[in-house]
Amino acid sequence: MRISMEWLREWVPVEESAQEFGHRLTMAGLELDAIEDAAPAFSGVRVGKVLAVAPHPDADRLRVCQVDAGTGETLSIVCGASNVFEGMRAPVACVGAVLPGDFRIKRSKLRGVESRGMLCSAVELGLAESSDGLMDLPADAPVGADFREWLGLDDRILEVDLTPNRADCLGMLGIAREAGVLLGQPVQGPAIESVTPAVDDAIEVRVADEDACPVYAARMISGLDPNARTPLWMRERLRRCGLRPLHPVVDVTNYVMLELGQPMHAFAADAVGPVITVRFGETGDRLQLLNGNEIEPGPQDLLIVGQDGPVALAGIMGGEHSAVTASTTRIVLESAHFSPRALAGRARVHGLHTDASHRFERGVDPTIPIYAMERATALILQIAGGSPGPVVHAGKIPTAHADDLIRLRRDRITHVLGLALGPTEVERVLAGLGCLVDAVDDGWQVRPLRARFDLTREEDLIEELARIHGYERLPQTLPPATAPVASAEQETIDRRKRELADMGFHEVISFSFVAPDWAEAFYPEVQGLALANPISSELAVMRPGLWPGLVRTAAHNLARQRSDLRLFEHGLRFVPDASGLRQEARLGGLLCGRAEPEHWQASRRLVDFFDAKGVVESLLANAEGSVRFLPTAHPALHDGQSARVLLDGHGVGWLGALHPSLRERFDVPELFLFELDAVVLSHAHVPSFSSLSAFPAIRRDLALVMDQDVAAGEVLAAVAELDLPVLQETRLFDVYRGKGLGENEKSVALGLILRAFDRTLDESDVNSVTKAVVELLEARFGAKRR
Amino acid sequence: MEQVDKLAAQAVEEIREAAGLADLDQLRVRYLGKKGALTALLKELGRLPPEERPKAGQQVNDAKQRLSVLIEQRQTELAEAEVARKLREERVDVSLPGRRPMIGGLHPVTQTIDRIQAFFAGMGYSIAEGPEVEDDFHNFEALNIPEEHPARAMHDTFYFDAHRVLRTHTSPVQIRTMERQKPPLRIIAPGRVYRCDSDLTHSPMFHQVEGLYVDSGVTFADLRGVLSTFLQAFFEREDLKTRFRPSYFPFTEPSAEVDIQCVHCGGDGCRVCKHTGWLEVMGCGMVHPNVFAHVGIDSERFTGFAFGLGVERMAMLRFGVNDLRLFFENDVRFLEQFSRAG
Repeated sequence: MRISMEWLREWVPVEESAQEFGHRLTMAGLELDAIEDAAPAFSGVRVGKVLAVAPHPDADRLRVCQVDAGTGETLSIVCGASNVFEGMRAPVACVGAVLPGDFRIKRSKLRGVESRGMLCSAVELGLAESSDGLMDLPADAPVGADFREWLGLDDRILEVDLTPNRADCLGMLGIAREAGVLLGQPVQGPAIESVTPAVDDAIEVRVADEDACPVYAARMISGLDPNARTPLWMRERLRRCGLRPLHPVVDVTNYVMLELGQPMHAFAADAVGPVITVRFGETGDRLQLLNGNEIEPGPQDLLIVGQDGPVALAGIMGGEHSAVTASTTRIVLESAHFSPRALAGRARVHGLHTDASHRFERGVDPTIPIYAMERATALILQIAGGSPGPVVHAGKIPTAHADDLIRLRRDRITHVLGLALGPTEVERVLAGLGCLVDAVDDGWQVRPLRARFDLTREEDLIEELARIHGYERLPQTLPPATAPVASAEQETIDRRKRELADMGFHEVISFSFVAPDWAEAFYPEVQGLALANPISSELAVMRPGLWPGLVRTAAHNLARQRSDLRLFEHGLRFVPDASGLRQEARLGGLLCGRAEPEHWQASRRLVDFFDAKGVVESLLANAEGSVRFLPTAHPALHDGQSARVLLDGHGVGWLGALHPSLRERFDVPELFLFELDAVVLSHAHVPSFSSLSAFPAIRRDLALVMDQDVAAGEVLAAVAELDLPVLQETRLFDVYRGKGLGENEKSVALGLILRAFDRTLDESDVNSVTKAVVELLEARFGAKRR
Repeated sequence: MEQVDKLAAQAVEEIREAAGLADLDQLRVRYLGKKGALTALLKELGRLPPEERPKAGQQVNDAKQRLSVLIEQRQTELAEAEVARKLREERVDVSLPGRRPMIGGLHPVTQTIDRIQAFFAGMGYSIAEGPEVEDDFHNFEALNIPEEHPARAMHDTFYFDAHRVLRTHTSPVQIRTMERQKPPLRIIAPGRVYRCDSDLTHSPMFHQVEGLYVDSGVTFADLRGVLSTFLQAFFEREDLKTRFRPSYFPFTEPSAEVDIQCVHCGGDGCRVCKHTGWLEVMGCGMVHPNVFAHVGIDSERFTGFAFGLGVERMAMLRFGVNDLRLFFENDVRFLEQFSRAG
């Protein structure tokens, strides 16, 4: 919303500067976005009168004008504009003037003829984007007056961001009311009186849905002067508020909208016919809008319908065929109230957003359509003459104030704000906002203006009190801290993330939506949840897992010469299933490149499956339950290097090398991925102490030859199942294939760590454990001691 | 006994020239051992006339004593030389690069959330979570944003079907918490949120932290106190000025935007604060009675406040990041800059 300070000062005496007043509005919740000058800086421009126009002796397109600029002498000025005429009043930049762009006017010669100044167009004064000739000032413009002063161009414009609840401030009427209560000043708008009908021309109005359109007023005006021009003062106000002057009738409807907040529309009467109907769209309706778009209104589109079908999308935009044009002499003026509910979202559906739809969607004062009609009629008559018919309206104009009383309790004010406001202050603020206020025992009974849609309950009034009183003048207190039991789960997952960081992983945050072909490539078995309105086809499906984001991030970095990567992400995956949608927290990671940072002594080994597995094992070290890695194929992983991670037999994640075909498809080197259920990783458990043995440990190493297909994990699991009390730990420290062994054989070396709690073990203990282990592995896997 | 002197002189010479401890040990054996040369001389004393024996004995013993001392001295010398040699050999170039572990780090958004959480945890707030694919009721309806509300248009919502959306804010976690728990409650809910908008200053996904405090007797004054203190703590400036401006959110009333004095120019006005001297950092307000009604909390008995802030904005201000998109590109060169921060 753009507010001209000069216009506002006609309503309310604002003594402070635009800057100060803008700050005051900001602190009252009407946020100042910018302050602009009504016109760029220029000086030395006066209102001039062209006394005579003569052709230039040496140039066909130039004229030599004699101009009275009130300087006491007639100025001879060479001018190239074609619209100059004798008797014209136009701005004159006298010698010494400085125009926008620091353009200095000097005495000069144009093709041999002296020119003492310049007749100006609106563009040259920075008052328009384009123009066709000199600025044609009204005949009563005072010759010799300072142009800037005369047009009030030192005005400043406040650009204010309004929140959706303050539609009442989308017109000067509301802004002035706000200014009045903030400044403690009276508000006085222009006097608006009913215009007596001069003719009986009336149009019939029928409203099919009174909830959607509670009031519809129309008036016919005929005999308009097609040559009438919008007066400069009105054009200036429209310009300052960001509207382009178009046609006197349209300009008046726009002006009234800016003044009172009531959007209006004017139809060419002949295109409408004798009856106007307000109804929702029906099959077969078609409408060509003013912007040229042809639409087929649906049953949710409220329409204004004339004799030949729809003539306007109600409260949004008029139709092309009923538009007022330069030759129109008979019009139907519309001033109606459309309910926000009926218009909600409709403009958007048609890709539109207009000044009218913006206001009606938020709520226009339902009490003013007739008032606005009278105002617009008077202005049109003043500008273009014509004979008004009577105002015809459907629906009942409601009273200015809401019917329902709001009870405002003195205690409740204190209860919410933490401050007791004095009764005088309360009453002053509410009255200033236009409310009817009655004092009662415990507070007040209040009836706000209907224009204030947002005031319907006690809290709304308390907010108004706080707002006008000033938030910064309210007290500040600090409630005492409490000590809740901290969430161990949250702490635990945070710890896991820090552990990963300490293992060299960078946390990444990638978008939760991914390209459908990436989702499909990694998780062909999941039918991903697709967005109805994705921002792009690359971000269209909710990720079924974290790998697409990790691989894409890796590719981004690889393309920037970073080849040693350790990345992880913590976030939700989205898996639709029969019961609905599973949104599960996961922790995923990626490794590629060197196993150790580059160093003058380091090995040049690249990461492999076991680097990734080590990370997973470390993350699961504190999980409750036994962890197993089951060789299982996964569509995104290398068949021979992929494992399902089980915790007490339940799948909690995956681990493996990216499948070579995906590697090729996404143009990435060998890399390793894991993804785990973050909830499992969040289970915190309190350690339970077990005592330490005071006796020494003995280690006995065994090398066992077995078939190479025997899984090492099964061997270790089998040893663990023996559950021998003195066998504290079994370490697998070597796997060997090759010389000295059969073609399908391997040797697995185990280190048995033995220790008792009650004595020092001797050779017979060691032998019996060794024997038990060897016998078991022989029986289970056909293993032989080497 | 000229032989003694001759032998001793030869031994002294050899001891002096011994190159190592092993050589020296051999010399000890050769001269002083049981079968050593000097020991042999002692054995030969018997052949001397009796009157010469004491003197000759004395002479041999003196020589043994002398050689013994010499050997010991030489031994010390050689041991010291050995240590010196070892030290010399084991010397390293301390200016060569050390063997560092790989260094990773938490994302700056995570670090910022952690910092916010740490403050509120200290004030007694616990962490709450909610789904990111939300239903219309929790994201809008229960927050007093009915179907036709113009605020819906401000949200640029991603949707899946008529009932499911990607949450546009973390506020639905308020509702889910109040559905589960009754007052008094203090929660903080960080998480991802989504808006169908993408340009220089908007990302289709970003992070918010929501806060909610409901109890009997909670006032707007408490809200101001808590948030002012938080912002001072977050930006580590006790004198940081904050400003509360009326604003509008359907789910709070009174509602406010919170501005801080520009952390770049200190309030003088600069490009970052658009020459206003202030930066908008949070939205907040007293929980709207309609919201309490949706979750069955008696708004006559309880009052509460809620607030929300954009994590990326806070991170940008704190770390001086000038482009929102950097947070989601995850360029390691960007992430590394925060590795050691937290």
